[in-house]
Amino acid sequence: MKRLWLAILVAVGGLVGGSALAQGVTLHISCGAVGNELQLCKEETQAWAQQTGNTVVVVSTPNSTSDRLALYQQQLSAQSSSIDIYQIDVTYPGILGSYFIDLSPYFSQSDLSPFIQALVTNDQYEGKQVAIPWFNDAGVLYYRTDLLQQYGYSKPPTTWSELTTMAQKIQAGERANGNSKFWGFVWQGNSYEGLTCDALEWIYSYGGGTIVDPQGNITIDNPQAAQAIQMAASWVGTISPPGVLSYQEETARGVWQAGNAAFMRNWPYAYSEGQAAGSPIKDKFAVTVLPKADTAQGRHAATLGGWQLAVSRFSQHQAQAAALVKYLTSAQVETERAVKGSFLPSRLALYDSSAIEEAHPFIHQLKPVFASAVARPATATKDKYNQVSSAFWTAVHNVLAGQAQANQALAGLKQQLTRIKGAGW
Amino acid sequence: MQQTTVDAQGRRSRPDMSLERRRARTAWLFLAPTLIVILLVAGYPLYRTIELSFTQTSLLKFPLESHFVGLLNYKFLLQDSQWWHSVRNTVIFTVASVVIETVLGLGIAMLVNAKFPGRGTMRTAMLIPWAIPTVVSAQMWRWMYNDVYGVVNDIIMKLGLSHKAYAWLANPRLMLPAIISVDVWKTTPFMALLLLAGLQSIPGELYEAARVDGANPWQNFMRVTIPLLRPALLVALIFRTLDALRVFDVIYVMTGTNPTTMSMAVYSRQQLVDFGALGYGSALSVGIFIIIAIFVVIYVVTLRVEVD
Repeated sequence: MKRLWLAILVAVGGLVGGSALAQGVTLHISCGAVGNELQLCKEETQAWAQQTGNTVVVVSTPNSTSDRLALYQQQLSAQSSSIDIYQIDVTYPGILGSYFIDLSPYFSQSDLSPFIQALVTNDQYEGKQVAIPWFNDAGVLYYRTDLLQQYGYSKPPTTWSELTTMAQKIQAGERANGNSKFWGFVWQGNSYEGLTCDALEWIYSYGGGTIVDPQGNITIDNPQAAQAIQMAASWVGTISPPGVLSYQEETARGVWQAGNAAFMRNWPYAYSEGQAAGSPIKDKFAVTVLPKADTAQGRHAATLGGWQLAVSRFSQHQAQAAALVKYLTSAQVETERAVKGSFLPSRLALYDSSAIEEAHPFIHQLKPVFASAVARPATATKDKYNQVSSAFWTAVHNVLAGQAQANQALAGLKQQLTRIKGAGW
Repeated sequence: MQQTTVDAQGRRSRPDMSLERRRARTAWLFLAPTLIVILLVAGYPLYRTIELSFTQTSLLKFPLESHFVGLLNYKFLLQDSQWWHSVRNTVIFTVASVVIETVLGLGIAMLVNAKFPGRGTMRTAMLIPWAIPTVVSAQMWRWMYNDVYGVVNDIIMKLGLSHKAYAWLANPRLMLPAIISVDVWKTTPFMALLLLAGLQSIPGELYEAARVDGANPWQNFMRVTIPLLRPALLVALIFRTLDALRVFDVIYVMTGTNPTTMSMAVYSRQQLVDFGALGYGSALSVGIFIIIAIFVVIYVVTLRVEVD
């Protein structure tokens, strides 16, 4: 009888041990589920799993970035090891950085150099490389090629005052032609994270800095920044609808895609939507870099968006997780994602790739935009970024709504940020 | 007489006392599961919230650091203009929406209480706004309120009521009224349903007797309907007031965390989730708890609701 038990034990032990060897480890990765994102993520991780003999389980997450942040917070603050790799927004390395491992042992300097530098720097937290850029987003200017031509303009505006003049002329003309709903310029003016992105572009293009500089100093209270916000306030009700103060990305696109706006500030996703079958503005628009200020310090600016991959410090298979991150951010996989899902690569060289240009010509057009990319100050303000951003967009929104003057609002904002900063970020 | 016991002082307790005691013990025994469940699902979270409100704790930092700061969060809360503004928004929202919903709901309830052909269909149809999840209907209304392509402006302009489009969700003066109208649209049917149940419990003979006494319709309403409807009306009012005080979804979907319209619950969520400020967010939650408690006390005292 004893011998029988022993035999069974050995057999079971052999079975478990053997299958564990054959299976490798099991990794869990959280992926977005916007459009065909989830499907692509499953295909790519399966390909890696087969090559390496590991198993990958894809966990889908909410679409809205603030809901996703809430979910990650719950997982990470509970020290849960149930997700190894997190797909994180561009502001999370600052907010959640203390929960992710340093990836620099797995990525050498030459591994990191092909990526867009603004993103690589953004993904650092207290000197550690806590995430690797995966795909990209940046604010761009959409313009109606047909209308610009009709009103005698051969190229898109390069400065904000050119944009204002063009928008006024086209708006007046279109309204005289009977479209009373036509507006010159739509953007995201609702009191939310999107306004932080838009306002950062105005301010940076005037040489007014990035709210908080990389060293952590509060720089927002300066005349260039005030000038930039005052300019945007002058658009409301003139070239932009009064309702722009409640617009988010999709609301702005609703006005634009119905053919009721000459210009729009939005993210690149609106391109494929505008080119979709049945769109009234199909083949009648193009994208370019956002205008700069007329002043001496004027420069183009595009707020960075996009998603990164990070490995949880509670993961039990950190080396394998880092290997999967390396695979997913490789030139090969990023090319595939750009072709199949029009995801903008985080590697600069891929914007010249012929395979991608053939599938989506607009991706190539976007290359100059990333030369002027500016990151939100999440890296400097760390876990207080959401508080900083919320105070910032509230102050800007007050000026846009005509409830305050820009210089007063910014002086008040500086005080508020100083209180949030306390002893340090 | 086995139940008779002698205590330390040598006094004899009477057997009927023991029976009372036994009854009390049985009562506690039967109540115990309920009490345990209440302690677990309501008591413990409440205790934790109050405990956390005396600390400064950031959910976003590893390792989690929690410092005891005493009454600091409450001191800040008293000076926090954003908090008081959100209290103001919530109270305006609650008073306006509950008053309008009660008046409209009573009217509709009396209308569908009358006999007319198609009454059943009517009663069902009027529940549709209530049946749609708030997140969905609020999003729908957000589109309808859009200043460029929204249907609300379109109707107003076609009817010739105004020649310019209104930015309902962008103009600081229009935002809260616009949100209150959505809540009225959604919740009036619920109010009407509660009051309809009350109306149906009033016996028809009372109206007949009133008619014999020569009462006119107004007297009928004031002397018969209102007094007999009072219990149902009170229940409906308390339900709606407490519900409105913790309003979150309709405001969060329509205007997000815009301070102009932020309610107490939206503000507390912003601190807890977006900012990871567990300590201050908990202090805000305790603040909400106290304000709702004040409303309950006002109702109980002024309307003499029987507690037992």
